[in-house]
Amino acid sequence: MISQVFILSSQGDHLIYKDFRGEAGSDVVSVFYEKVTALTGDQPPVVMSHGDLHFVHVRQGGLYWVATTTSPGSSPFTIIEFLNRFSALVKDYCGSLSEKSVQMNFALIYELLDEVVDYGYIQTTSSDVLKNFIQTEAVSSKPFSLFDLSNVGFFGAETQQSKVAPSSAASRPIQSSREQGGRSEIFLDVIERMSVVIGSKGVVLKADVEGEVRVKCFMPSCSEMRIGLNEEFSIGKSQLRGYGAAVRVDECRFHQNVHLDEFHSNRVLRLCPSQGEQTVMQYQLSDDLPSAPPFRLFPTIERDSGGRYSPRVHAAINVCATIPVPKGSVSLSQELSSPDQSAELKLQNRAIDWKIPRFIGGTQLSALFKLEVSGLSPSSLMEVGPVVLVFELPQLTVSGLQIRFLRLSPVQPAPSQRWIRYVTHSDSYILRL
Amino acid sequence: MPYLGSEDAVRELRRALSNPNVQSDQLRYRNTVLKAIRAMSQGVDVSDLFSEMVKACATVDIVQKKLVYVFLCSYATLNPELSLLVINTLRKDCQDPNPMVRSLALRNMTNLRLPSLVEYVEQPLAAGLRDRAACVRRVAVLGWAKLHNLQPDAEIDAAVVNELYGLLRDPDPVVMVNCLRALEEILKKEGGVAINKPITHHLLNRLKESDVWGQCEVLRILQRYHPQSEDELFDILSLLDASLVSPHPPVMAATLGLFLGLCSGLPAVSLAALERVRGPLLAACGSTSRETRFTALCHIQLLLRSLPGLMGAHYKRFFCGYAEPAYIKQRKMQVLVELVNDENVAMLLDELKGYCTDVNPETAQAAISAIGRIGRSYSDRCLEILTGLLGLKQEHITSAVVQTMCDLVWVCPQCSDTVCSALEGCEEMLQDSQGRQALLWLLAAYGERVSSAPYTLEGFIDRVRSEASLGVKMELLTTTMRLFLCRPSETQDMLGRLLHYCIEEEMDMCVRDQALLYYRLLHCGIEETHKVLHGQRSDPSLGVLIGRPAEPINQWAYSFNTLEPLRQAGVETEPASRGSPEHVTFDPKPNTDLSDTLNCSQIEKVNLAGSDGASGFTCSSAKVLAPLSLSLSPALSPEEFEHLWMQRHAEQGAEKLEEEEEDYVCLEERIQFPAIPPCSPQSLQAAMQLVNIQTLAFTPPHTLPWRVYLYTHTHHAHYGSTLVIGELLYIGEASRRVAAVKKGMEDGDVVEGEQEAGLSGRALVRKDGREEEVEVTLKQQPRDDNALKGFLSILTTVLHTLSSESS
Repeated sequence: MISQVFILSSQGDHLIYKDFRGEAGSDVVSVFYEKVTALTGDQPPVVMSHGDLHFVHVRQGGLYWVATTTSPGSSPFTIIEFLNRFSALVKDYCGSLSEKSVQMNFALIYELLDEVVDYGYIQTTSSDVLKNFIQTEAVSSKPFSLFDLSNVGFFGAETQQSKVAPSSAASRPIQSSREQGGRSEIFLDVIERMSVVIGSKGVVLKADVEGEVRVKCFMPSCSEMRIGLNEEFSIGKSQLRGYGAAVRVDECRFHQNVHLDEFHSNRVLRLCPSQGEQTVMQYQLSDDLPSAPPFRLFPTIERDSGGRYSPRVHAAINVCATIPVPKGSVSLSQELSSPDQSAELKLQNRAIDWKIPRFIGGTQLSALFKLEVSGLSPSSLMEVGPVVLVFELPQLTVSGLQIRFLRLSPVQPAPSQRWIRYVTHSDSYILRL
Repeated sequence: MPYLGSEDAVRELRRALSNPNVQSDQLRYRNTVLKAIRAMSQGVDVSDLFSEMVKACATVDIVQKKLVYVFLCSYATLNPELSLLVINTLRKDCQDPNPMVRSLALRNMTNLRLPSLVEYVEQPLAAGLRDRAACVRRVAVLGWAKLHNLQPDAEIDAAVVNELYGLLRDPDPVVMVNCLRALEEILKKEGGVAINKPITHHLLNRLKESDVWGQCEVLRILQRYHPQSEDELFDILSLLDASLVSPHPPVMAATLGLFLGLCSGLPAVSLAALERVRGPLLAACGSTSRETRFTALCHIQLLLRSLPGLMGAHYKRFFCGYAEPAYIKQRKMQVLVELVNDENVAMLLDELKGYCTDVNPETAQAAISAIGRIGRSYSDRCLEILTGLLGLKQEHITSAVVQTMCDLVWVCPQCSDTVCSALEGCEEMLQDSQGRQALLWLLAAYGERVSSAPYTLEGFIDRVRSEASLGVKMELLTTTMRLFLCRPSETQDMLGRLLHYCIEEEMDMCVRDQALLYYRLLHCGIEETHKVLHGQRSDPSLGVLIGRPAEPINQWAYSFNTLEPLRQAGVETEPASRGSPEHVTFDPKPNTDLSDTLNCSQIEKVNLAGSDGASGFTCSSAKVLAPLSLSLSPALSPEEFEHLWMQRHAEQGAEKLEEEEEDYVCLEERIQFPAIPPCSPQSLQAAMQLVNIQTLAFTPPHTLPWRVYLYTHTHHAHYGSTLVIGELLYIGEASRRVAAVKKGMEDGDVVEGEQEAGLSGRALVRKDGREEEVEVTLKQQPRDDNALKGFLSILTTVLHTLSSESS
């Protein structure tokens, strides 16, 4: 049971404070902030105590979401899951999660909290139930964007871009669809996170993929949705059917509202999505990736250093390679292969950040970094590496999972738009040198 | 955060709220209320606006109503009289045709937290319990709990309680769960809601209707239920099986908690449940939310205490991600250390080595100490990495490496050569006091092997005036004294200087007293000094404890799924205060499994008696097992062994008692050792050799009876050395129920011994013969009970370690 819930900005400003049980005063908010900022790096901050009161908090969107409880027997899983779910609800209702959006929509958030928790007991977090109770309209802050202007073609002509949903299309309040009427949209995202360790000889030491299929629904009412996955999709090691291109995952979990009666025969998921965002399916895959890892590195380290990358996929965007360097590094000189890349030496992190805004598939990029290191010793080379890559691969899933179709039934009367997006992120992509 | 002009702002707001023009315009009115609430949540004191807000409450605009209620509930306790005015509006709203308005009014009526209003609230609450709309019933049910907590001393209304019990059958699952919650609070004094068989089965059958939160609540409350028969228990367990692998971590954790509670008498079932949750827990470890990851990791550490092999095959899932915060990385490393085995050690060390150069010094130090812990089993590889790290010449890394080596050498004396050669040249890199303390301790223990030791010490002594750390000064005194004992000519001069400084100039009492103590000790002569100062350099018997025997689940089940595991600094972390390992207190965990063979207090007693007269200088850890050390020399050939064994055997068989044979003892013991069949001769031999016990002959694995012959020499500081030869015998399933401790002592009191054997033979026939036992026959010459018992405890530990590893 939860005693209080409050939201703090990263500077410690009080954004939301609600006391459910009257067991402690509002002064604990400042106590919490003092405690959390005084922690040293290795102390786990998730649970902290102040007298009889226990603070449990999560960080989402740069904010502290804190719940306090007086009973040490409370389940940490439940409280943390609740705080995450609550922040997801706020994100659904306000469109995005930031200090500004929380500040602007505080009335809405109080209303949400009132319905979600009563007397410290979680009542419901389902957006289907909540939509009947929430009356306040969200205030969304629209930053001025050139993209809106570019949609207006010369002489009112349709431009190419209007056929593509802007990337920000999914970050808007779910309830605004009510007045906009026609904009009933569904986004189906397949998001995979890779954590890979590649050894110095190019051997893949570890490769994990955590994937999820997320639905974000802006339709006021949607009776049923059918999602078709690849037919050759299989779960577990024993189920491999046929040869070759099977899409295999180790473990797979579904949202409790998903009907799986057609899953075993046709790999079709049926569900009635509620408004807002929900994770329909989660899966994970360890070690046996169907394709080679997307990036490889061919480093040559001498007393002068250099390296090449070669990706094997379509294209990657926002690639950033972080290369740890020896402690005494003083300055960096670089030779990069194209002008839009950049590299800089971050002395504080003891690393070079090499930023590549666009990386075209199948190509190799090379860079030569020369470091001036004071007090270089032979063992300084131990400090070089491992290289960490951060990237985003749009339109690609490492596991090979594809959505065959997305059907709504009965067919919606209003024109509805369905978007399917794939993206692979690097959770932790480590290349040892 | 009150900002400038807050009083003006409040005045402005009041004017606006009481302005009739504003009041007539719905939108403007609402916005003004909104402004007041905004000021409130920013920390401005707007309690003065209470009466205006009470007026604003009477409106048809639901949004405005909700806003006003937020305000009223925050300030009602400051204005009890004015709050009375609100009650009227609220009671009117309770009659509203719109269920949303009814539930809103009811909720806020009970949220005002004013005992004076209770009489007005009871009637609408009672009506609320019978409302058509579920959302009103939900609020009304919890309302009774709030009411009860407002007046905890008031008598409990039996009619309400009955009605709440009746509402457990409500079609709405949230109402049902809220009833449980409310009854739990109202009946707190009676121990909470009554959980009997019909209620339990009703709740279990409706579990699927509730959402995640409801399920967790129900599962938590059901922990109080005790099934009446084993059949019922298993029915419940099979009903819950699906929740055990739920994709929602809260449900999974709550179900496992319930499982562990219900199966506390059935360890095998609990272990199977732990296996079941492995998948969901691992998935939670890879969750996008780092807080969920952390929680899952902490709970995995709990599970590993009972089932060390649980995550063995999945060690790669605990490799640290690049962007993870330091506290998660440290937990992962703690788990990795537990998972190390022959197959993955190379991979694991490679991974850990990468963390040692992390930018974050805490992560780097944690990685280094993790390598040190693995070094207790795989010392060569780890020492190679550690000495390699010294080459980096970085302060925090060098310090951590020296501290780790210091800990490592204490349990693995065979590492000392490598460590000694690595120590040269470290002292310039050591800046922090803990690192320097560790270096000094190593110099004290192995000073005669480090050629530069006196020069290092000289440097320390020259700088002692500017030394700030008390610990370093104390350690420096001890080190100089001990080095003086083995290398007097080189250190005499500096010892004199140090003692002079400490006695004449040092301001700290502790340092001064210790210096005085040493000074007077030296007056007693070198022999006496040696006796006092000659401490233990290592304690190999601690080393085998790293693979602790699996703990019974009951030891941690109570803290499962509570905040407890998240607050602890970790299950098996190194103590924060480092320095010499002698000062690290180590208490051997009383293990219930061991109790019928040997109990720990007994060992301690024996050893305390044994160390009588010996130096009382080293403290508890050293004391417990210090006096006894094992060695393999002089080696015993198989022929000699056979001769000795058969000779003793024959004598025993003939029951020929000779008074002269007092120096000989034969002891039979049983040790629980469930892992005999899978235990390979190689691993047994390796484990035994680690503690200097030589195995001579084996029967091949999987044959019955299974026998091992072994020998060792025990050395004792005062009672000399003895030879122990022994046999481990495992006869198989058939005879495992007989467990007797027989002591055949050939020294006169054999009659008593026989009686004892007869008694214990009867007493120890165990009903649950689950654990398999191995029979140990030991023969010792000359006789030394203390040494024999010490030896037996070491042997027991080794066998337990083996069995926990292979299971």
